[in-house]
Amino acid sequence: MKILVIGLNHKTADVEVREKIAFNGQKLEEGLLRIRELPGVDEAVILSTCNRVEIYSDVKDPEQASDSIISFLSDFHGIDKGVIKNALYTFSDNDAVIHLFRVASSLDSMVVGEPQILGQIKDAFEFALQKKTTGILLNRLMKKAISVAKRVRTETRIAENAVSISFAAAELARKIFTDLWEMSFMLLGAGEMAELAAKHMMSFGIKEVIVVNRTYERGCELAKEFDGRAARFEDLMKEMVHTDIIICSTGASSYVLKKDDMIRIMKERKQKPVFIIDISVPRNIDPEINDLDNVYLYDIDDLHGVVDANILERKKEAEKADLIIQEEIEGFKKWLNSLDSVPTIVAIREKAEAIKRDELERLTNRFPDLGEKERKAIEYMASAIVNKLIHPPTIALKEDSEDKEILIATIKKLYGINGDEE
Amino acid sequence: MGVLLFELSLTFYFAATIASVIELFKGSKATSRFILVFAVAGFVMHTANIVVRYISSGNLPITSLHEASSFYSWCIVLLFFYLEYRYKLDLLGPFTMPIVFILMLSSSVLPREIRPLSPILQSYWLGIHTLLAFVGNAAFAMAFGIGIMYLIQEHNLKSKHLGGLFQRLPSLQILDEVNYKLITLGFPLLTLAIITGALWAESVWGTFWRWDPKEVWSLITWFIYALVLHARLTARWRGRRAAILSIIGFISVIFTFFGVNLLLKSLHVFV
Repeated sequence: MKILVIGLNHKTADVEVREKIAFNGQKLEEGLLRIRELPGVDEAVILSTCNRVEIYSDVKDPEQASDSIISFLSDFHGIDKGVIKNALYTFSDNDAVIHLFRVASSLDSMVVGEPQILGQIKDAFEFALQKKTTGILLNRLMKKAISVAKRVRTETRIAENAVSISFAAAELARKIFTDLWEMSFMLLGAGEMAELAAKHMMSFGIKEVIVVNRTYERGCELAKEFDGRAARFEDLMKEMVHTDIIICSTGASSYVLKKDDMIRIMKERKQKPVFIIDISVPRNIDPEINDLDNVYLYDIDDLHGVVDANILERKKEAEKADLIIQEEIEGFKKWLNSLDSVPTIVAIREKAEAIKRDELERLTNRFPDLGEKERKAIEYMASAIVNKLIHPPTIALKEDSEDKEILIATIKKLYGINGDEE
Repeated sequence: MGVLLFELSLTFYFAATIASVIELFKGSKATSRFILVFAVAGFVMHTANIVVRYISSGNLPITSLHEASSFYSWCIVLLFFYLEYRYKLDLLGPFTMPIVFILMLSSSVLPREIRPLSPILQSYWLGIHTLLAFVGNAAFAMAFGIGIMYLIQEHNLKSKHLGGLFQRLPSLQILDEVNYKLITLGFPLLTLAIITGALWAESVWGTFWRWDPKEVWSLITWFIYALVLHARLTARWRGRRAAILSIIGFISVIFTFFGVNLLLKSLHVFV
């Protein structure tokens, strides 16, 4: 009973290799069942996402099993064994557990902290459960990985900071305004980036969308797309009086909004806060308006700065997450250790029970005249002797200790139990 | 008994303050729960302490600076619980508990004996006047904490350094809104406290107003908060300016509370 993981991810393999080795659709079921049937493999789970393909298994001998799994992968996907071997990583035992816990907690992801991976692991596990390719070891391992990931999610801030430009803009808006659905939103000019940011903003719910564009017709089209209304470019200043969030991306070569305009607008707005995102290059809005009270202006570089800082922040949180994982590993190790000794405990008890049964049978054969009462008393005594004799080794096996393997071997030898009959 | 309760509540508030510092600088999600637990534990002890003192002296325990300071922090904690429940502002605890702890610490070093109540104070005005003043000032204390939160968050957004507390501090809008609400709660209470104080003074000294330092400083405080509200309504001084004014206002509150008694000679000697 050893945990083995063989896999590759975005760090070890190019997309060409990853897509070849991925278990998509039909392939997943077939692959899973066939891996489970490989000699020496008792349980299996396949995790296949666009950034990683990993095979978790419960095997008798990790080295042998990894050879046969690699051969299988090469056969199944029709890829040269050498290519696969270069891209693969293999972990067994403790390292495999750590690896899975880190993957589930999104510490091994391309974007650290991204939440999808946990769902993908859940799906992979569910599928394996359905196909009955897992048993006691992988069931426990997968469930534990999911709970560790949840703990990391609640106890660290690993998933809290936006790591994309458009998401960062939406998050900033939520730190200025409480309820975005009470805010009106303006898309000034059109551009792919601006539209993307607008979409993100709208996913939080927005009261009203106004599209202002130099060509009014194009503005109308966009407005239809966003379920909002279009306004003429000449009315920009008027519209700004009741707009709270503005994403600007016009092709203008000079400022479309100057500080003096903004001072006037703020007066008319009765100083109600306004958040302006200028993602146009060259900038379309006078950067000095950020100095005005209640005006928050971010340009594309500012947003990039926010995202970079957030990525750094996530890295710090990842360190905390690793500490949590170390803690959880200890608990899992204990369980794993106790698992090692279970077959031995069972074997000792079976052996003792068998001896008791034989001896009792012999006794009744030799003294057929024994009364029911006497027979019961002798049986009771035999049970008591057996229990008392196997109690200390059972306790020793259940206890957590460093040299457990030696202990198991010793006890097996002392009791004359054949180790290979687990 | 009363002393033990006081020390216990001081200890719990201290624990809440330590947790607050950890929350601010380390920021694990678990600490905010600790702050609340410690604050509740401290508040329970604190309430018991006040009740014990009330029973043994027979009047509202606000007749020495020790008692008043302790009662003031009690009002702040109570108001904090209400805000916590009503608005669930992240990080409100870390910006409240240190204020509470400092007030309690000041209370703990001031003479604690229960003195016989001077005949001037034996009046129903005692309860009315002081309760109005304390609840009003508690609102100003919370407005101060929230004002600081606002300024930090505003600075984060303006300077575009979004590390540290940015993620956990609430939005500017809600901070501004709660700050405003607290001042509109505190201001009428302070006004009434000054009026009842004047009526009370008339009934014992025969004159409404004597330009006593306590009276003068209360008036200065009153003007500061009047300015906050006036500027907000007419000149639309919201956000940063309102936050700064609410900080200045609270400094004036604290000076009226301690400074006048400790540094200036006042007729309002008791508190």
